Amino acid sequence: MTVAPVSETAPAAQRRRLGPSTSLIRFVLRRLGAFVLLMLGITLVAFLLTELVPSNAAATNLGEQAAADPAAVKAFEEHYGLDKPLPVRYLIYLKHLVHGDLGQSSLTHQAVTHDLGQFIPATAELALYSIAFAAVVGVTFGIVSALRRNRPTDHALRVASLAGISMPTFWIALIVLYVGFYRLGWFPGGQRLDPGTSPPPSVTGMYTVDALLDGNLGLFGTSFHHLLLPALVLAAFNVSLLTRFTRSAVLEVVGNDYVRAGRAKGMPERIVVRRYILRAALPAVVTVLGLVFANVLTGAVLVEKIFSWPGVGQYAYQASVNIDVPAIAGVSLFVAAVYVTVNFIVDILYGVIDPRIRVS
Amino acid sequence: MTTLVLRARSLTRRRRIHPGLRQPLAVVGLVIVAGWIVVTIFAPLIAPADPLAQGFAASTGPSREHLFGTDELGRDVFSRVVYGARVTLPLSLLVVALAATVGAIIGAVAGYFRGPLDGLCMRGTDLVFAFPPIILAMVVAAVLGRGLQNAAIAIVIVAWPPYARIVRGLVMSVGDTEYVQSARLLGASARRALVRDVLPNVIGPVFVLMTLDLATAILLLSGLSFLGLGAQPPQAEWGSMVADGTQYFQWWWMGTFPGLAIFTVVLAFNFLGDSLRDVFDPRSGVRDSDEP
Repeated sequence: MTVAPVSETAPAAQRRRLGPSTSLIRFVLRRLGAFVLLMLGITLVAFLLTELVPSNAAATNLGEQAAADPAAVKAFEEHYGLDKPLPVRYLIYLKHLVHGDLGQSSLTHQAVTHDLGQFIPATAELALYSIAFAAVVGVTFGIVSALRRNRPTDHALRVASLAGISMPTFWIALIVLYVGFYRLGWFPGGQRLDPGTSPPPSVTGMYTVDALLDGNLGLFGTSFHHLLLPALVLAAFNVSLLTRFTRSAVLEVVGNDYVRAGRAKGMPERIVVRRYILRAALPAVVTVLGLVFANVLTGAVLVEKIFSWPGVGQYAYQASVNIDVPAIAGVSLFVAAVYVTVNFIVDILYGVIDPRIRVS
Repeated sequence: MTTLVLRARSLTRRRRIHPGLRQPLAVVGLVIVAGWIVVTIFAPLIAPADPLAQGFAASTGPSREHLFGTDELGRDVFSRVVYGARVTLPLSLLVVALAATVGAIIGAVAGYFRGPLDGLCMRGTDLVFAFPPIILAMVVAAVLGRGLQNAAIAIVIVAWPPYARIVRGLVMSVGDTEYVQSARLLGASARRALVRDVLPNVIGPVFVLMTLDLATAILLLSGLSFLGLGAQPPQAEWGSMVADGTQYFQWWWMGTFPGLAIFTVVLAFNFLGDSLRDVFDPRSGVRDSDEP
């Protein structure tokens, strides 16, 4: 008697468990294929960029003295396959890439990967604090705006968020610096640390993290103090963006029957918001993370210039102004790779959270 | 009875102007844009001084004589802001129009003919999307050299893919409808079906995107000029004027006013675009406000 139902439900349960997981695997594989293809496309763009710009590669990379030496030039040309046809050169480029060789910056005379290793942590630190702040504030504003729909708070937040995406980042930076540094003297005028202060022993390259790891609270305070203004300026655009996205995502679910049912049975508003509304709305907000990341990078280029922040943005800017082709190709390759990876992860996450996405 | 009649009349009157455009934001945006267009056209009449003329009163604060003060070379900041509109507004309009045209053509071709051509076009948009705009713009500046024109080209390269995607999607969905199918059956050429039957349906969304893109383009253009990759001195351009302002911190008026100009223009386009989206996309915004 008891055996029959079990043997009947077991395959069904198994099927139910198998169904979604195979669709998930197929979804991930499909996205992975597109991801790899896109990565190859990015390397192709970076490669063509180095090919496109007319320059005597040997001379800029070796320096004048070595360029006069035919043997050195020949060795250089062989290393980068400059005497071979284009497709072969691309393959050689890929081979170097796999070994972490992006060529040499003609400005710093260092390997581009070495330069990137120097500058990335500074930008990463700025970006992380900025995104964290924007996420907390933006999502909160968005929820408040949606729950107070068409009331004064909502209207004020709508105008404020439109203003936030309309203000040029470099202009906010200028005003904030003028007030916070020049007028009030509350904040430092730029750089990661006060001149004369030595950075913490490098582990991650992010000063606040390294200072904490070193147990040096004073240094943590100083680096955080330096970080605060640029991170906030950088966050302005994303706070507005996230407010707008969260508002519309919450509005999509706020009228649903289960939310009304929750309210109708006398559930406290706090729980309705947290369990019923946010859980349904937040996955949609996750999809803008890619956009948020792109905004941070764009802003970083501008903010780093004003705050003399030695990050990737400054490096890219210097490379672009000085036509340092290996460097600008390396930066764009790196940035695009990170960007595409972020989007890929967001895609997968969204597919995991919301099975409907997998089908399309 | 009377109330009913009145109600009916007020309904018909209200319908003439779309609710999306009756919003205060749309009106404010429209007024600001109109104001800047007037400034752009009549710049020589509005500006009290030559934007490039250097005076003896260098770096003086705002006064009755110099409304926005003067910069480090004694140039009148107000006149430079006014003339700056002549650089930014026409150029960003041109950039967005070009990007929309290029993107729409690529998207329409991809969506209509489908197959491998479609795949190629869409991979192209993926590739452009993979690079954050400012990085791509810096790459273009490195390849083509610095200058306002190259900055504009860079923005076109960055900005066309969204149009291609929108138009492709719409062309595909409209192309499947019966009236297009029957037009094709009646012997209409592909081009005719595309221009006569499909295009009118995609104009609206593209128009919304263009308005919002104008805001983005102005921000990007002035950002590139701020970095020194766009307009070159001594040209009066808002972004590079803010950059000058960062060099002379104590003279706050040098950077504040040109930045304010960028802000108001961008804000106006964002107000307009946001309201226009409500007009063309009935799912968003307006329905909310009409609900009790």
